[in-house]
Amino acid sequence: MTRSQEALAHPASSAEAAPGSQPGAARGAHGRGTPPAGAGSWRSRLYRWDMKASPYVFIAPFFVVFGAFSLVPLLYTAWYSLHSVQLSALDHQTWAGLDNYKNLFSSEFFWNALENTFTIGVISTVPQLVAALWLAHLLNYRLRGSTVWRVVMLTPYATSVAAATLVFTLLYSWDGGMVNWLLHFVGVGPVNWRESDWGSQFAVSSIVIWRWTGYNALIYLAAMQAIPSDLYESAALDGAGRWQQFRHVTVPMLRPTILFTVIVSTIGATQLFGEPLLFGGVSGSKGGSEHQYQTLGLYMYDQGWIIGNLGKASAIAWSMFLILLVVAVVNMLLSRRLRKSQ
Amino acid sequence: MRTSTRRSHRLVAFAAVAALATGLLAGCANDSDGGSPDASGGGGGKGKTTLTIGTFGVFGYKQAGLYDEYMKLHPDISIKENVTTRTDVYWPKVLTRLQAGAGTDDVQAIEVGNITEAVETQAAKFVDLGKEVDKSQWLDWKLAQATTKDGKTIGLGTDIGPMAICYRKDLFQKAGLETDRTKLAALWKGDWAKYVDLGKQYMKKAPKGTKFVDSAASVYNAVLGGASVRNYDKDGNVVWDKSEGVKKAWDVAMTAATSNMSAKLKQFDPTWDQGFANGTFATVACPAWMIGYIEQKSGDSGKGKWDVAAAPTASNWGGSFLGVPTASKHQKEAIALAKWLTAPEQQAKVFAKQASFPSTPSAYANLTPQADTTAYFSNAPLTQIFSDSAKTIPSQPLGPKDKPIDGAITDIGILQVEQKGKTPAQGWDAATKEIKDVLGQ
Repeated sequence: MTRSQEALAHPASSAEAAPGSQPGAARGAHGRGTPPAGAGSWRSRLYRWDMKASPYVFIAPFFVVFGAFSLVPLLYTAWYSLHSVQLSALDHQTWAGLDNYKNLFSSEFFWNALENTFTIGVISTVPQLVAALWLAHLLNYRLRGSTVWRVVMLTPYATSVAAATLVFTLLYSWDGGMVNWLLHFVGVGPVNWRESDWGSQFAVSSIVIWRWTGYNALIYLAAMQAIPSDLYESAALDGAGRWQQFRHVTVPMLRPTILFTVIVSTIGATQLFGEPLLFGGVSGSKGGSEHQYQTLGLYMYDQGWIIGNLGKASAIAWSMFLILLVVAVVNMLLSRRLRKSQ
Repeated sequence: MRTSTRRSHRLVAFAAVAALATGLLAGCANDSDGGSPDASGGGGGKGKTTLTIGTFGVFGYKQAGLYDEYMKLHPDISIKENVTTRTDVYWPKVLTRLQAGAGTDDVQAIEVGNITEAVETQAAKFVDLGKEVDKSQWLDWKLAQATTKDGKTIGLGTDIGPMAICYRKDLFQKAGLETDRTKLAALWKGDWAKYVDLGKQYMKKAPKGTKFVDSAASVYNAVLGGASVRNYDKDGNVVWDKSEGVKKAWDVAMTAATSNMSAKLKQFDPTWDQGFANGTFATVACPAWMIGYIEQKSGDSGKGKWDVAAAPTASNWGGSFLGVPTASKHQKEAIALAKWLTAPEQQAKVFAKQASFPSTPSAYANLTPQADTTAYFSNAPLTQIFSDSAKTIPSQPLGPKDKPIDGAITDIGILQVEQKGKTPAQGWDAATKEIKDVLGQ
């Protein structure tokens, strides 16, 4: 295509530049509202309308989809959570006020699920991010076949939760599983990975760690490669060793990235569902016979779809939402403080 | 240069909008399509009518060639089966679709664990099939399970799960136990406690690495299936904590859980399958539908080693129904299909394929399991053992929350005792707490 055709097809681009004095900043704020020469003609009005409305039209699809599949269900869930609703009688909703919430907060199963979500979140997120940072650091060196390593890092992330969890379940089976077989060489008796309290939480966490470490490592790696090399050079001139370079150059420069991964991992941990459900096998939504790895997500699923108490399940959903809001606020405060301290 | 990048930006944006819009439209189109899976059919007899049938697990209709046979008999019908593997995923989906009045299949399978909930809460959403068939074909209790108080039958019985004991002859022999199926049946006849007592005897000389049963929970299910009271009484009140049946089943399961005779597996877990393959347990309470499963999972290594004996008491575990939702666009055709699939002749064909046991007694006279299967189970008279059990299964009132209540007892209470070393009293308390949560008390 020639330039003239483009100009024809998009009169905006040439017209836009006309009134502004800086052609380089054509989309600047003052350029948008200023009418072109010949104001009042239908064409210019159309143009003005185009300039105002187009951005909204372009982003509208997201908001339409978000509204239909996120916002409406979100509000509807709030409505449900204030009613007594059974899965088998969706049309018979009776007003329950805050009963579902009261019921929930007085239920030991809820607090247990919250605690499990927290502990599994911590023991999966912390090692995962530390390991990711370390792996990214290693990958950042000149390596033979670096692309291969990077792809390998990402394969767990590309594996489906179901497939990965099935394999892990077999590895962790207490009778004839590979983990117990390896443990017996170091003199540790068979561990019942699914039913023991800490064992099951560790097992579930290990699946999460396995899946997400490589993904986070690649994010760190990308950020590391954006760190200017002269920082390292001057650090080296000052006599900093590799560890000191990592501590005093790499980590501070990665701070925003680390914060991002922490937020994303925290959200993921709060919503942890697939791994424990499938790890539990049949009746997985109970999260073990003592609910020892029942997360909030599992508890919600159990209440809503297995027991059929949708009102209470909705109250759990909203509690999770509120918890995430609190987490988001804490994150925001933290990041603001970090920024100030810099 | 600048304009051309802007142009490509616009192109990208346009493409994104277009893609999203088509996605949205397609989504809507799918939604409105859900109720009538075949737009071309249903009209004035022109073209094919596509009937959909929603099932879970392995119903065996396809495997037994019944769909093909029906389509040959009715050239204007084509059948599509939508299978969901797990019932706990299948049933919530069906419930929401029934109530939405859209998206259901033309024929919808209902598991026995959900049939009471369907009868009590969804009867209006199903066609009354009682008017369409000769109701006396079915076992009384089977028909009653799918019939409302005012006499509307919302589902036609497919298979039932009469119980037997499947046992490994070779392991019994090594443990110095009786191996003859009639003598064994006589040994534990009438009381499940005698069955677990035999387990204690087995454990004294158990071959290395083997246990007597697969799990305490399976013993619980087997015993409970033969009780005249389960979790509900005749009037629909929850009486699980006072129920004779629950108490008896709990006690027997507790003996199994606390005397080191259980392989501590969870049924239908991959590790349970491994247990079959490796022969790590000597017996399993097996409803008829489990026969095919055992054969498949034990594989060649178990051939001729498994045998089948009559269970201590007649008992039922599992079984299903076929219903026709009123939302179906092809009700007449769907009713005809459900009727045909549940007729005694067809039930016999499914039995021949995978030993799913008919709920229509008239089929019992000429049931022949596959020769391979009979040989696999040491030529045990499968038909006779299962039909004897089927004819004497007591009628048992069911309730809408049977499934979660049973689950709370087996997956919480029994599992805690069996695998976490809790005392039976602690297990019972945990189950009680769980059931209160289930019932919203």
